[in-house]
Amino acid sequence: MDKLAKAQHELRQMDELAAGSSAFHRLHPLSKLAVTVFYIALVVSFPKYDLTGLVVMLLYPVLAFQAAELRIRDCFYKLRVVLPLVCAVGLANPFFDRAPMLYLGSVSVPGGVVSMLTLMMKGVFSLMASFLLIATTKIDALCAALRQLHVPQLITSLFLLTYRYISVLLEEASAMTTAYRLRAPGQKGVHISAWGPFLGQLLLRSMDRAQELYGSMLLRGYRGEFPYCAPQKARIHDVLFFVCSIASFTPARLVNLPQLLGALFTGG
Amino acid sequence: MHMADALLSVPVAATMYAASAVTVGVSIRTLKKDENPAKLPVMAVASALIFAGQMINYTIPGTGSSGHLCGGMLLSALLGPQAGFLSMVVILAIQALFFADGGLLALGANCWNMAFYGCFVGYYLIWRPVMCGRLFASRGEKAAMRVKIALASVLGCVLTLQLGAFSVVLETSLSGITELPFGAFAAIMQPIHLAIGAVEGLITAAVLLFVYEARPELLMDAAPTTGETAGKLSLKSTLAILAVVVVLVGGALSLLASSNPDGLEWSLFGNPDAGYSENMALDEENYGVQSAASEAAAAVQEKTAFLPDYAFQNNDSAAGTSVSGLVGAAIVAAVAAGICALGGFFRRRKTKTT
Repeated sequence: MDKLAKAQHELRQMDELAAGSSAFHRLHPLSKLAVTVFYIALVVSFPKYDLTGLVVMLLYPVLAFQAAELRIRDCFYKLRVVLPLVCAVGLANPFFDRAPMLYLGSVSVPGGVVSMLTLMMKGVFSLMASFLLIATTKIDALCAALRQLHVPQLITSLFLLTYRYISVLLEEASAMTTAYRLRAPGQKGVHISAWGPFLGQLLLRSMDRAQELYGSMLLRGYRGEFPYCAPQKARIHDVLFFVCSIASFTPARLVNLPQLLGALFTGG
Repeated sequence: MHMADALLSVPVAATMYAASAVTVGVSIRTLKKDENPAKLPVMAVASALIFAGQMINYTIPGTGSSGHLCGGMLLSALLGPQAGFLSMVVILAIQALFFADGGLLALGANCWNMAFYGCFVGYYLIWRPVMCGRLFASRGEKAAMRVKIALASVLGCVLTLQLGAFSVVLETSLSGITELPFGAFAAIMQPIHLAIGAVEGLITAAVLLFVYEARPELLMDAAPTTGETAGKLSLKSTLAILAVVVVLVGGALSLLASSNPDGLEWSLFGNPDAGYSENMALDEENYGVQSAASEAAAAVQEKTAFLPDYAFQNNDSAAGTSVSGLVGAAIVAAVAAGICALGGFFRRRKTKTT
């Protein structure tokens, strides 16, 4: 399966996940968005050596994944995109920061290793949180919520239209790539002689398609306003979810809870 | 070049969000003045096309590897810088949300690093001056245009990628994420992106040349015009760009300020650690009017200050590296695994019963 087909598959999968009906799916998009942003900001703000303090933040995505009836392995598939750059930056730490920070028996662990692991965990946790948001929220509901936040109409309309057209153009580009590959076996990509015409042809057709699209929008009564689904009304659950999340994340950030828990067991 | 959330600290991410939001606001205002509702579908289809186009591999002759298209330059050449910027913002948001390419918190930084440089800097500094200039005029209009398109694409891609890569280095270093020295990090990133920029520029040039041959009216500043309004940057847009740069630089400097006392603080209390004498001989501890109210306010502030001295409380403590910390972390991880197992168990039961 090539990159284009994989992207199509991923988009379809996210759409299917978002169409679920769990309690987490039914929460108001705005409260989910606010909690997600707050969670990621807190995770990112942990000090670079606070490996154990950070671990407690794992509980929110894990609990929410179960509440939303999602599988964590679907999310980990996406780590292949996030981890390379994070690792590339983090891998330098053990070389530059060699001061021992922790002794496990007779083995000393340098500070660089601790900060590298913390960085990777931050990457994984923030990915889990944003995956959770998108896998439980339909894209038009999210756009309607963004409109409630007074995000400009042009941005939300463009977002929705682009999202709908991405699958169309991915399909066309995928068909073209397959056709090209069948005619040029053993070749890794598009040959230099076809660099221009390959995407250029699709570009010209797409521009004509945009004109047709605009015509059809006008025929359906488009007057500069894009119809959204009715914004969901906030219920007591949504407010409770928001308040409880904030109230539980904040102490986790301020106090090293795992250390306190460990002290209970080790007496240290 | 997409940055993940973990590579940024909250103040840097917020500064970049603010800078990108201002640019979005300015772009929307400019587009609203045009009053061209037909542009919305064109922008949507063009951004969807760029999204798909970036996934096509182009073989680089003689190397065996492949390159990709540069979205920012292509979009600003087709739609103009403002519409191109908004389209890129939407592409980056979709990549971040659906494909985990970049992060929700890092979206502002990614928009700046890729969309702002690609569209505004690429267009106003490279594309428009080259296209509207009288370069290669002796070769005839069409031939000159072809050379100019190729030149502008390559120069634009190289410049915008260099700026983008440098911003990534700057943002990561300011966030205090990496121990890699700033110079070494830049020395790795810049040459890699020089090569990538050159290849992306050539691919972009090939596509734009094809469009020019087939439908020159689709390209900005390339249709055979008399050139009456071309080649001028309006005062308003110059001011807007300057404002954004000021916000960015100000944000960056405010981060540096946290470690050094600022001018006012220094002039009042001096900085004995750094070898300065106490300038106004004021005692920092006892400065200010002592009253019950001020003490109470200070106590409240100490408790509520979310970002004391622009950083989180206990930032310096290497908390949680003791044995009890590790034991606690292991217990939390075990609880998390337990929750997963329970969730899986209930899901299986549910699917069996239905």
